[in-house]
Amino acid sequence: MTDTTVEAGRFGPYGGRFVAETLVPALDELSRAYAEARADEAFEAERLDLLAHYVGRPTPLYRARGLSEELGLEVWLKREDLCHTGAHKVNNTIGQVLLAKRMGKERVIAETGAGQHGVATATACALLGLRCEVFMGEEDVRRQAPNVRRMALLGAEVHPVTSGSRTLKDAMNEALRDWVTNIANTYYCVGSAAGPHPYPAIVRDFQDVIGREAREQILSRTGGLPDAVVACVGGGSNAIGIFAAFLGDEKVRLIGVEAAGEGVTTPHHAAPLGHGRVGVLHGMKTYVLADEHGQIQEAHSVSAGLDYPGVGPEHSWLKDTGRAEYVSIEDGEALTAFHWLASSEGILPALESSHALAYLRPLSKRLPAGSVVVVNLSGRGDKDPETVQRVLEEQTS
Amino acid sequence: MSRIADAFARAKDDRRAALVIYLSAGDPDLETTIALVLAAAEAGADIIELGVPFSDPSADGPSIQRASERALASGTTLTGVLGAVRTIRESTSVPILLFGYYNPIITYGEARLVTDAKEAGVDGFLVVDLPPEECAPLHGPALAAGLDLVPLVAPTSTPARVEAAASIASSFIYYVSLTGVTGARAVALGEAAERANALSQQVGLPVALGFGVKTPADAAEVAAHADGVVVGSAIVDAAAAADGQQAKVAAVRELVTGLAAAMAK
Ligand SMILES: Cc1ncc(COP(=O)(O)O)c(C=O)c1O
Repeated sequence: MTDTTVEAGRFGPYGGRFVAETLVPALDELSRAYAEARADEAFEAERLDLLAHYVGRPTPLYRARGLSEELGLEVWLKREDLCHTGAHKVNNTIGQVLLAKRMGKERVIAETGAGQHGVATATACALLGLRCEVFMGEEDVRRQAPNVRRMALLGAEVHPVTSGSRTLKDAMNEALRDWVTNIANTYYCVGSAAGPHPYPAIVRDFQDVIGREAREQILSRTGGLPDAVVACVGGGSNAIGIFAAFLGDEKVRLIGVEAAGEGVTTPHHAAPLGHGRVGVLHGMKTYVLADEHGQIQEAHSVSAGLDYPGVGPEHSWLKDTGRAEYVSIEDGEALTAFHWLASSEGILPALESSHALAYLRPLSKRLPAGSVVVVNLSGRGDKDPETVQRVLEEQTS
Repeated sequence: MSRIADAFARAKDDRRAALVIYLSAGDPDLETTIALVLAAAEAGADIIELGVPFSDPSADGPSIQRASERALASGTTLTGVLGAVRTIRESTSVPILLFGYYNPIITYGEARLVTDAKEAGVDGFLVVDLPPEECAPLHGPALAAGLDLVPLVAPTSTPARVEAAASIASSFIYYVSLTGVTGARAVALGEAAERANALSQQVGLPVALGFGVKTPADAAEVAAHADGVVVGSAIVDAAAAADGQQAKVAAVRELVTGLAAAMAK
């Protein structure tokens, strides 16, 4: 195994720091400040207190009765949708905004796709008294209007990004441009386990609470480890967050589900691990969607949170080493799973998480009956009814 | 000595700073780029930086972002840019530095690019998102082929990072005048140029200053202290504002002539 700690900055050949020189000293400063913070009992005590009493952790591990019966599996849902603000993103923003405050930064910036990370950053900033500005592709501002309003109500300023494909990757470019300009007083709160070192390791470490809780919960509820753990993969934070605790349990299959969009044989998908090539984007070496000239291609997914042409570098390494496997689910299958969970469990899942849920059907054909599967239900679907409605109307018209 | 190092040495002999002109290759097409490079060289540019377009130019401001979008829209590729350099080499020996982002280079293949670039008549590379600790795959082949890899030093660079940059530099160091993206408005250019000069004394290499240099007056202020002056977004803007190839050539020629004249004073 390679050293994947915060100091190392590499996951096998992946990760690293491919950024403008101006940013490198700031990344060094961040690495140092992060290591000091994590070693500081008072910092950890405040962070854990907020996770418990503000975010609402531990989140439940719920045995999905209807799904289990229908599939002949034991399906357990890790209920990150019950976190304050409705998704796992807040686990990371509480940690990073506490760190920003400790570093004496006055201003926090973030990129967002679905708006969940933007809302989670705005929330943590409101709580901890820091200024917050969020970059969001114009296309996503349109697709995820409710979250834009939530950010505004929380006191954040949202900057619509009009360059490139006007989605998450362009929002991240714009956040990097802002950071390089305002580096002295600004903290860049990256929203997934992606970007230049040390972000992939920091975000993993702030999200690994998901897997540590889930592992303990499944052991105490079933007396054993699960046969498989399934999570959707956009930038990869909820997936690495639940995988991390199981990496050493070699019998536990780790399955990441990318967005196949309109199909992986079309240009309209968001599955760099399954169908991309190795490249450099947003400061990291990893699998990306790019053409034969190295131009990054636009990703496509019905879920804005998965609509990203890169992926966190640790997943590239887990793919190459075979420790995790990566599959993909199309838009239509995810929408079906959205309705399926709503009707059989009374839970509206985020469209992102619906991709992980949709993979349960094919998985049930590959696993022996009665196998135990934990699915990371990374967020709730309250932001998504308009998208679901729009797609339904497009299909019937 | 490389052609780039030679250009700095000649400028120094003339007791002036070298003028480095940035052009976005393929904006709006490569034929125009070829004409603009020749005009800039004739008008007094000592070195040309040819920007290779990238879909995600996260270190560039709006001017070069839009120029890259126009270049990509006209189908500009790294292979195409090398072809343009080959054509330019039929008419001029002005040093040419390819300026861009790492992903198109990775996709092309570092070693293959060095071979093809050298054959085409390229003199060096400047890769914005490739700091010294990551640059070995390109630096090794470039060094072996006698092509320069130009490192960047920023106002935030620590002494250790300045040393790392100096250790890979073979012709000059590019000093970024401000914390920001290309095309940003610089304040206190003179002070930045003094820092560039101090850096040059320290590392024993020429240092060119870029970012925020727009007008002949700016260039003169920087040239009073620094070994080289880089003008980018202002050139790109001047070309973009003119309609048609002839007008673009005239606009770039006029601006470069003005910059060179101001720096000669
Ligand atoms: C609910 C939810 N799940 C998953 C994701 C994808 O991000 P990641 O792969 O980092 O977990 C998002 C992103 O916005 C999200 O909102």
